[in-house]
Amino acid sequence: MRTPFAAIAVAIVRGFVRDKASLFFALVFPLMFLVLFGGLFADRTQSQVDLITVGDVPVLDELPPGAEEAFEETFDVSESDDLDEAIAQVRSGDADVAVEMQGDTLVAHYTLTDQVKAGITQGALRAFVDGTNVQVLAQEAGTPPPYDLQVQQVEDESLSTIQFVTPGLLGWAVAMSAAFGAAATLQGWRQSKLLRRLQLAPVSNRVVVGARLVVTLGIALTQMAVFVGLGAAAFDLRLTGAWWMAVPLVLVGTLCFMALGLLAGALARTTEGAVNAANFMVLPMAFLSGSFFPLDAAPTWLQRISDLLPLKHLNEGMLDVMVRGEAWSAALLPMAVLAGFAVAITLLAAKLFRWETV
Amino acid sequence: MAAILAEGLTKVYGDLRAVDGVSLEVPEGEFVGVLGPNGAGKTTLLEMIEGLRRPDGGTVEVLGEPVWPRNPRLLPRIGVQLQASAFFERLTAREQIHTFAALYGVGPARADEWLERVGLVEKAATRVEDLSGGQAQRLSIACALVHDPELVFLDEPTAALDPQARRNLWDLLRGIHEAGRTVVLTTHYMDEAEVLCQRVAVMDAGQILRVGTPADLIRDLGAPARNLEDVFLHLTGREYRA
Repeated sequence: MRTPFAAIAVAIVRGFVRDKASLFFALVFPLMFLVLFGGLFADRTQSQVDLITVGDVPVLDELPPGAEEAFEETFDVSESDDLDEAIAQVRSGDADVAVEMQGDTLVAHYTLTDQVKAGITQGALRAFVDGTNVQVLAQEAGTPPPYDLQVQQVEDESLSTIQFVTPGLLGWAVAMSAAFGAAATLQGWRQSKLLRRLQLAPVSNRVVVGARLVVTLGIALTQMAVFVGLGAAAFDLRLTGAWWMAVPLVLVGTLCFMALGLLAGALARTTEGAVNAANFMVLPMAFLSGSFFPLDAAPTWLQRISDLLPLKHLNEGMLDVMVRGEAWSAALLPMAVLAGFAVAITLLAAKLFRWETV
Repeated sequence: MAAILAEGLTKVYGDLRAVDGVSLEVPEGEFVGVLGPNGAGKTTLLEMIEGLRRPDGGTVEVLGEPVWPRNPRLLPRIGVQLQASAFFERLTAREQIHTFAALYGVGPARADEWLERVGLVEKAATRVEDLSGGQAQRLSIACALVHDPELVFLDEPTAALDPQARRNLWDLLRGIHEAGRTVVLTTHYMDEAEVLCQRVAVMDAGQILRVGTPADLIRDLGAPARNLEDVFLHLTGREYRA
């Protein structure tokens, strides 16, 4: 036989997993955005340059080691024997550049339609030609080149798409399901008089609230595992050192948004009203908190407003520890802010709470 | 000892005196009905007796214990059926009664017995949302009785039931009464009250107009009263209610 706590928790879990709509909005819907942002937009800024080689182009075939890999990352190469047709393709935009050898000179035919690609093409081709020249000259002279370049990536502010969207979308998903879950449970149970019925059973309010709390926290951690798992498996998400601090961060954030859901549930008179109220609070907040796109370019006044929103602090905290490589202590301040919000909102919700809709 | 001892119970909402100085004593083991038109104050009265609402005036003791504030010693001894939909969402009938049983520290075997007693074994795997009105009503009653309470409150338990289900439920209620429990029932069906209740209290406008056995009430009214319904209409009038 289950304890009252376990019995209520199991009942809530069953109610949750059997509700297709809540399951969809907690997991599938945010994951759709993850796939959209992580999959579709990931390569948008760095798509490869379509390059056509006309005839033999030995300088590109004999690239020095290391350069070959870089070349393949930059260019999508196809071959052709007809220079006019290749140039026509460049002109019509089907290809970005056509190259041919005229004696020892590499000639590149390009357009300025896409200025960024034109720049990349010119710079890259010059670098490859120079690199090959240097290698040949160095071999002839019998001495290594005096200077060498080594590139090392650092964790920078401008994160790749998947690195940025995973914490933000996770924050949104956690906020949404915690707030909806609390709002719908409170309103639904009040409507059906289940709250009254539980009042008449020998279980304390602590047990009922605690069971709902534990289930919501479990759902949030499940969301986190699914998001990080899918991001890492399918979209090359790389977590940084103190990512585990995102776990307590998500838990405190969940408390905060549960409180917000309770507030929505306390204010509204119907279950639909409660869910709408939660939606009304969470969705604009997600936009203003950088869940969908970074706020770095937003006007200062907007950024100040977003500082007043709990989701902003959850997102920033998760970005710091999950992908920006900051120390675990970077999550402490966001956690304190979220805890403060949670306490304040809970007190407000408790003040407005009524056992029944009269 | 009285199962229920209420004196001068009063509940005021704004200008409305929903319950206005009601006194009621129910001895242990009695089957008592509270009758009244819609808006008469029956539900508010019961909720104050159950300890769900704090009276604005008067006192109430149940099974010798005070009911307000929420009294955990008393709760396992009373069973309350509020209305058919007071269920955990999307649980099956069996999961539902097992959950309520667990809240009272009652094992699954006894919960299953109750499912059988209210004729829901075949519907055990059906979700509560998919039960018919009568089935949900029976499940709700089973959930109220699963911990074997001494005192049972039933709020219009036979509303929405077909005649078969109503008669079967009568048998069930007689059974639990004969097993020694005190039963408090509200209903709109006068035949039901006449058949089941040892005593009825007729309520209107927040006050108890008359208390007595159905037979006494009919006899007191004299010639025009042939049944409890005549008594009821005589006492409460024939205007439409909320």
